[in-house]
Amino acid sequence: MSAGHRRLDIEEVGDITVAKFVDKKILDEGNIQIIGNQLFSLVEEEARQKIILDFSNVEYLSSAALGKLITMDKKVKAAKGKLRLCSVRPDIYEVFAITKLNKLFDMRENKEKALEGM
Amino acid sequence: MSNPQEFDVTFPSDTAQGREVQERIVCMMEEQGFAPRDVFGVRLALEEALVNAIKHGNKMDPTKNVRVRWRLDSEHIHVSVEDEGPGFDVSQVPDPTEEENIDKPGGRGIMLMRAFMSLVEYNETGNRLTIEKRKDAEEN
Repeated sequence: MSAGHRRLDIEEVGDITVAKFVDKKILDEGNIQIIGNQLFSLVEEEARQKIILDFSNVEYLSSAALGKLITMDKKVKAAKGKLRLCSVRPDIYEVFAITKLNKLFDMRENKEKALEGM
Repeated sequence: MSNPQEFDVTFPSDTAQGREVQERIVCMMEEQGFAPRDVFGVRLALEEALVNAIKHGNKMDPTKNVRVRWRLDSEHIHVSVEDEGPGFDVSQVPDPTEEENIDKPGGRGIMLMRAFMSLVEYNETGNRLTIEKRKDAEEN
């Protein structure tokens, strides 16, 4: 898989960036690395300030993927931006709840609710 | 209850081969009529267990193997994952939910396994993990 292969679908709604994960399973280490780099470049290279991560396609993710999301949260906070997560299915939400990351991330039910007041 | 089926697979430190074993186990669970939530939990636990064995246990050394043994019947699945690394002390893994550990990489995988499985156990050396899931088991 080439590093240029996009793992995120990007949509712009006003000044807000909605990044939707393409993959159903965010497991493979190489894939997680690429996804991480693409996420970080939204903040570091493209200087986007308001970012929503859309999980509607995601059926599985591992703790390695959670690590990337935590780093992303730190980068967005360091850039004084805002990050929200949306459309996380119940199984995956449980993964966030068990690890208490539902308290770290601003998680919304769907994209519309995530866009509200961003 | 159906007669248990037993399997024993050994493969070199390679996450792609680990994932093939993971798929095999998950398919067998589906055939045995395990609920999607049970299958989800076992897939997640296997992913964490295999990545830990290959990456942390065997340090990705292709000359070292991972051995996966599993026993499955219509009511429960029992899996052991053994690596050829020196092992580790599971009690020394930091609690990832503590404020000071929240951005550290370790511990979350083990925590997820414990939450989704009926049993999670390491041998004394810490190089063999046993996980078990009973169908429709009450969580915790």
